[in-house]
Amino acid sequence: MTSRELLRVARVRLENAGAIVRRIIGAPDYDRYVAHLRDHHPGARPMTYDEFARQRMVERYSRPGTRCC
Amino acid sequence: MPKALRFGIWVLVSALGTLAFARIALGRGETINAAWLLTAALCSYAVAYRFYSKLIAAKVFALDPIRATPAVRLEDGRDYVPTNRWIVFGSHFAAISGPGPLVGPTLAAQFGYLPGVIWIIVGVALGGAVQDFVILASSVRRNGKSLGAMAREEIGPVAGATALVAVLGIMIVLLAVLALIVVNALKSSPWGLVTIGLTIPVALLMGVYLRWLRPGRVLEASAIGIVLIVASLFAGQWVSTQPSLAAVFTLSGTALAIVVMIYAFTASVLPVWLLLAPRDYLSAFVKIGVVLALAIGIIVSLPPLHMPALTQFTDGSGPVFAGKVFPFAFITIACGAISGFHALISSGTTPKLLQREPDARMIGYGAMLMESLVAVMALIAACALTPGVYFAVNAPAGVIGTTAAAAATKIQTWGFTLDPNQMQALAKQVGEQTLLSRTGGAPSLALGMGQLFANVLGGNEALAIWYHFALMFEALFILTTLDAGTRVGRFMVQELAKHIWAPLGSVSWYPAVVLSSAVIVAMWGHFLYQGVLDPLGGINSLWPLFGISNQLLATVALCVATTIFVKMGKARYAWITLLPMAWLTIVCMTAGWQKLFAEDVKLGFLSHARLIESQVASGALPAAIKSASDARRMIFNDYLDAVVTLFFMVSVVVILADSAREWMSVLRGRKPVISSEAPFEPLPAAGD
Repeated sequence: MTSRELLRVARVRLENAGAIVRRIIGAPDYDRYVAHLRDHHPGARPMTYDEFARQRMVERYSRPGTRCC
Repeated sequence: MPKALRFGIWVLVSALGTLAFARIALGRGETINAAWLLTAALCSYAVAYRFYSKLIAAKVFALDPIRATPAVRLEDGRDYVPTNRWIVFGSHFAAISGPGPLVGPTLAAQFGYLPGVIWIIVGVALGGAVQDFVILASSVRRNGKSLGAMAREEIGPVAGATALVAVLGIMIVLLAVLALIVVNALKSSPWGLVTIGLTIPVALLMGVYLRWLRPGRVLEASAIGIVLIVASLFAGQWVSTQPSLAAVFTLSGTALAIVVMIYAFTASVLPVWLLLAPRDYLSAFVKIGVVLALAIGIIVSLPPLHMPALTQFTDGSGPVFAGKVFPFAFITIACGAISGFHALISSGTTPKLLQREPDARMIGYGAMLMESLVAVMALIAACALTPGVYFAVNAPAGVIGTTAAAAATKIQTWGFTLDPNQMQALAKQVGEQTLLSRTGGAPSLALGMGQLFANVLGGNEALAIWYHFALMFEALFILTTLDAGTRVGRFMVQELAKHIWAPLGSVSWYPAVVLSSAVIVAMWGHFLYQGVLDPLGGINSLWPLFGISNQLLATVALCVATTIFVKMGKARYAWITLLPMAWLTIVCMTAGWQKLFAEDVKLGFLSHARLIESQVASGALPAAIKSASDARRMIFNDYLDAVVTLFFMVSVVVILADSAREWMSVLRGRKPVISSEAPFEPLPAAGD
């Protein structure tokens, strides 16, 4: 593989790793939400990232079930 | 792999584990190596996971790889999102891990390492991991229902309501304890206070960054945050060397308690994206970092355990907390063996993420085993300290006095060696004025970790940095649990308040928000403040209260699970949940009873109150109590603690009785054996 291809593979791997880490720590997964709406509710207008992120975060901290002792 | 070979491997693993346990149990009088504890733990976990969790998965739930999970059926891109099981494992582990498995074993080390290690390993395999797994599987089968909802549906509305109030009570005690740990770690410590204090503006910065500068770039913001908090570690060090600045940041326990209360109140009222969420991201990294650091430190240095297998404090005369080894060793170590709070996590967001049912085994049972391993490592770190140092750090000033000389004298009467100069030198080495009576488990763990690291790399000069690194990271995620917990508690208060007056339940009406935040902070703040003033050190009375309430919630969860088993028609497997439930009921009721009615004034709340009452009446107050009003406040708190303990005990009896009624109805045929699971639907075929 050329060094360009290696860099591209490395970048893709890093992006995947980043996505995994983001989901583990609980960051709002907007891409998943948009993809889901696109696949299952084609006409629906998705929330903006801002609205989505705020809703997710508020829900996270309103019930005892996200973080332990 | 051929069956004979697999069988052979498991025989070897079991034999190795048995050998390790034998070495631990029989090696009295000699210093054994931490490696034996780790071996016993790992072999036990392997055997328990391979055989016991498989039994539950196959025979009780019949977890089905082609049965559609709620994440698949109800996918909505928000709550219900089918997720790869390793990611769910990671997020579930990050959710259940916290200061619990680090503090409990550290405190229980006062009995020696033997009771702690046996309870952690046996308790998790037969109790904690079972609870987490069973509640997770049950919730998955019920579209992600919460524990409270399952209690209401399976047992009855009384049980459901009782469970909800009990959860609120547990949260208040938990928050008080966590706040107390932070206060004890940071009081009279300018380095610690500055470092932890700076994490607040760092989080605010991250919040602003994520909202306006680079929305969604969570990892970037976290990286910046981590760099900044490491920098604040050195900023704290610098402040501690400047006498005038250091004096400003040297706060007493009571002042710090007020600061923590104001902070938690503010954090729970500010928008989530500004402070809480960034702190949460940072904490997730920091938690994993501390666990990894602990693991690496122990595996690389494999320290010998200087604490004996059993100390004389198994008789109940211990300074760290009162009570005999039975039942209090089993109360003190909750997370790591069995923790009721985990049932809330297992029926929280995790069940809505499972892609396939069999994943529940790895996530529910497996993640708890991993947390148990963290608890074993914390126990090792505590027992690797010499007993003299351990007790000097963990015993309250009311027992060992306030000077190194007094502490050394007292500790020597217990039969442990301690050189007063050694304690002073150690304090100076780690950059603190004093290490004496820094109760709460966090400083002691930081010291243990610091010493492990100093042995491995850096030598003694780096001990100060390692100590504060460990302490800061622990305090960081403890503080995050505190502010997030206050916010959750505020929601729960509003949920209850709206039954009294509807507008109080509105989360957008600011006066209601402020009022309910103030109420919850006042509730745990009260326990915190009293804990700070307590001459025996608040951990002494608060941690057992937390332990009892947590284990009682576990009893409730196991009750719900047993009811589910019975209603699934699997009553012949009910022993799987009844065994830990029976044990916990015995332990918690005994502990609760003793905390209420024991004659020993260090143990029983009521006898302690009576003692102080008689001292006030006769006018002969002990030195530790400054005035009659102080004494009256202590008496009030003893009664309050007694009422809280009684409340938890009564709640569990109510739920047990209600559940037993259900079991009898079903088993006698008066009620049909109908499960409330969501009906079977197969996974969509590939290509759908």
